[in-house]
Amino acid sequence: MGEVIVITSGKGGVGKTTTTANLGTGFALMGKKVVLVDADIGLRNLDVVMGLENRIVYDLVDVTEGNCRLKQALIRDKRYETLFLLPAAQTRDKTAVSPDQMEKLCKDLAQDFDYVVIDCPAGIEQGFKNAIAGADRAIIVTTPEVSAVRDADRIIGLLEAEGKHNPKLIVNRIRPHMVRKGDMMDIDDIIEILAVDLLGIIPEDEYIVISTNRGEPAVVNPASLASTAYKNISRRLMGENVPLMSMETENGFFGKLRKFLGFKEG
Amino acid sequence: MFDLIQKMFGKESSGSKEIAKERLRLVLVHDRVNVSPQFMEILKEDMIKVISNYMEINEQEMEVNLTHSNTSVALVANIPVNRMKRGALMQD
Repeated sequence: MGEVIVITSGKGGVGKTTTTANLGTGFALMGKKVVLVDADIGLRNLDVVMGLENRIVYDLVDVTEGNCRLKQALIRDKRYETLFLLPAAQTRDKTAVSPDQMEKLCKDLAQDFDYVVIDCPAGIEQGFKNAIAGADRAIIVTTPEVSAVRDADRIIGLLEAEGKHNPKLIVNRIRPHMVRKGDMMDIDDIIEILAVDLLGIIPEDEYIVISTNRGEPAVVNPASLASTAYKNISRRLMGENVPLMSMETENGFFGKLRKFLGFKEG
Repeated sequence: MFDLIQKMFGKESSGSKEIAKERLRLVLVHDRVNVSPQFMEILKEDMIKVISNYMEINEQEMEVNLTHSNTSVALVANIPVNRMKRGALMQD
């Protein structure tokens, strides 16, 4: 039996789809059999981020309604043999699927795959409830902004109410130089406020834009910072003990100097 | 002078992080107060259990509510007492 992981956030635009694509591809890079599930019915996106938009024949709703077999709807990735995508339906809405159907779908997928990674839609309505229904664990993506952290807090409460305990947090789009200047909340601030375990930090990285333009997850290019950060998270999820990247944890030369001189850390 | 040193070390910011943290703290205080009626009911039952060790209370007239002002949240309970329990006082 594989593990079913849902990537959620509450707020839109914080990087759920990018995170789903990169963590899933990261698992596949390490030889795992992975399926990415786009649960954002009506607003299909994961296919474009993965560069697989031209290969879609059937979708998630076709599977739950019995228009095709599960295997027929799975699209094999261009780059990795063991990576698959189950795309969302584009012409339907969230009511086309029920939490029970999603739970069964996740169970079926977990029979054949090591990891089932679900891209949850933004919001807290039925799309969210569908996406989390079959998940063994939840990952919350947030950014260091008041609105995103607030929504993350709400999602943590809702996950708890649905019996999904101990969600793990990814803080995305951290800008170390702004944190250093005291103009961006740092990881400790966010962790203290949300009281959840930190799974990883993704630095703001222009390469994410480039990789999304190309339809190729950032982890494919080992030179990018975000790529290393995402790979580290995939490895942590696989049970490895990988320390946080140093550039995010220390405050750089000036930070160290300030500390040395006895000034308060920024 | 201290400002100057801070500027030299690249800390010329407004420190808006502190503003963000404070605003977030206040917003969450209010968000987290929106608890379910079941939650309040369970809390009420637990309070009745504990208080009943010491006094007889009027459970029908009892009121337990969360109230909020701009900067804080308080749990306000109004619990009419019928009479004290003698036995409880003598136990210690």
